[in-house]
Amino acid sequence: MSPVMGRLVALESRRGWQVVCGLAVVFLLVVPILNQVVPPSSPFHMPTFWVVILGKYMCFAILALSLDLIWGYAGVLSLGQGAFFGLGGYAMGMYMMRQIGDRGVYGDPVLPDFMVFLNWKELPWYWQGFDMFWFTVLMVMLVPGLLAFVFGWLAFRSRISGVYFSIISQAMVFAMMLAFFRNEMGFGGNNGLTDFKDLLGFNLSRDSTKVGLYVVSTATLILVYLTCRFVVRSKLGRVMVAIRDAEDRVRFLGYSVAWTKLFIFTLAAVIAGIAGALYVPQVGIINPGEFAPAKSIEVAVWVAVGGRGTLFGAIAGAFAVNGAKSFFTGAAPEIWLFFLGALFVVVTLFLPKGIIGALSSLRRRLPGVRQRETKVA
Amino acid sequence: MPEMPDSLIYLDGVTVSFDGFKALNALSLIVEPGELRAIIGPNGAGKTTMMDVITGKTRPDEGSVLFRHTVDLSKTDEAAIANMGIGRKFQKPTVFESLTVFENLELALAGKRRTIDSLLWALDGGKKRRIETVLETIRLGDRRDELAGALSHGQKQWLEIGMLLAQEPDLLLLDEPVAGMTDAETEQTAALIKEISVDRSVVVVEHDMEFVRNLDTRVTVLHEGSVLAEGNMDAVQNDPRVIEVYLGR
Repeated sequence: MSPVMGRLVALESRRGWQVVCGLAVVFLLVVPILNQVVPPSSPFHMPTFWVVILGKYMCFAILALSLDLIWGYAGVLSLGQGAFFGLGGYAMGMYMMRQIGDRGVYGDPVLPDFMVFLNWKELPWYWQGFDMFWFTVLMVMLVPGLLAFVFGWLAFRSRISGVYFSIISQAMVFAMMLAFFRNEMGFGGNNGLTDFKDLLGFNLSRDSTKVGLYVVSTATLILVYLTCRFVVRSKLGRVMVAIRDAEDRVRFLGYSVAWTKLFIFTLAAVIAGIAGALYVPQVGIINPGEFAPAKSIEVAVWVAVGGRGTLFGAIAGAFAVNGAKSFFTGAAPEIWLFFLGALFVVVTLFLPKGIIGALSSLRRRLPGVRQRETKVA
Repeated sequence: MPEMPDSLIYLDGVTVSFDGFKALNALSLIVEPGELRAIIGPNGAGKTTMMDVITGKTRPDEGSVLFRHTVDLSKTDEAAIANMGIGRKFQKPTVFESLTVFENLELALAGKRRTIDSLLWALDGGKKRRIETVLETIRLGDRRDELAGALSHGQKQWLEIGMLLAQEPDLLLLDEPVAGMTDAETEQTAALIKEISVDRSVVVVEHDMEFVRNLDTRVTVLHEGSVLAEGNMDAVQNDPRVIEVYLGR
């Protein structure tokens, strides 16, 4: 077995792989089968509506992983992950706008409707290339990555950390929201980009396309999870934790704190961009609302609730909080925000390590488990 | 360049002021290769500031800091200085509490430090043996898999010294290594420091006179940011100026 293969296998314990593979089978195979193969009359049929919601959660879970990397492990609380998510979403939105072609309301073969409406005569330079899917995929990762690199380089080189970093990252996402609201920016102003028709030739209003997007999102979540796992299980992952614990000590050991943070922050931004790009075709719209500061803060709540510093925690938190949100905004919309606030307070006070952290310490307290674990060790 | 003794570290006329207060005042000091040097002085004498200057944490306002005659440390950043072979122990023991003892040493182990190197790094037999050796030296072999946060104060101090050893530096700076230790631990630490100074230069800043005497080595007394006296412990202790500012109080 080659050393690389060995490290990949060692990413998870035997049990860990069983859990990952089990979940993969359920979400990649069972869910699509329940939707597509089981007839709607059967009680086991899963409505497409639910599949789409799950697909959205998958994107949120990817976004949560990105924040967990930089916050849970390296201790840098970025309250601007929404900026990277939104940029990835806009890039995908631009591709789908170009795919509309002459099927828009104004029937212009090249210009999206909002540009015709603004009386623009030609496509701005930054819209070039988005008629090609490969170029779009590249931009989905490159644009958020580049922004994070420049922003992070300025911040980490000047040793801005802690709450100051959180505040300026929040300011960044707010500035992006204001900028994207402007019609002159060429991204559709406050309406954003919408009325998408198809993606790679697949009609977005078809159920099969929706399920397809769900499957791609789920597969991407698994890949992103394994990538993050590779990073946090490497020595770099331990350098990140060391930075969280005692930044100065890491410097005097000869590691560059700034470059470590910059690498992780940029990687996290690329991951957030991918999440946004998968999210937009499923909801059918991207507008500056994605850059709202509150949205970025909400991501921190997901991660805190699930348990920061554990990758599974970030995923569980994204599912739990968004599940609660879907339920409450349907059942009693007026109390959702109160619930979210209370949840954050309760978790901070009573479950500082989140749901996953609480579960694992509960497990350790069970005498039978403890004995088994010491034996293994 | 003027004639000078063989020096590993050479401070010449170093001045550092904080809001007008001169923490270091034209300090000149030479540490030779392989030397064990103790530095004493009352509070505010500039001991910690001197370490900050050597490790790049504080930039001097005036003067130069030369490492191996050539490298000007006053223009180099902390990580680069550490990679040149200068290790530092902080006054308060600073270890990575949520990593195990073994992982702490693993991070300290000499090797390439670029981000990509860390990502692809793998623990092989040679590295493992080097860590085992350090674990033995600092007497923490049986606690290797425990979180560093669970160690006692004295053990954290040793772990930090162990991390410095794993870094394989040519110069070790120890800021109050026995602060808060029991007498037995202090004695063991003195033996440990003598043991490790065999292969490298060590500079120890300490308040504990008994401990400094145990080290049995050349002593430099700092006062108000410059050198007041230098020599062996007995000579220094009998120096009337030293008695006046420090020992005689």
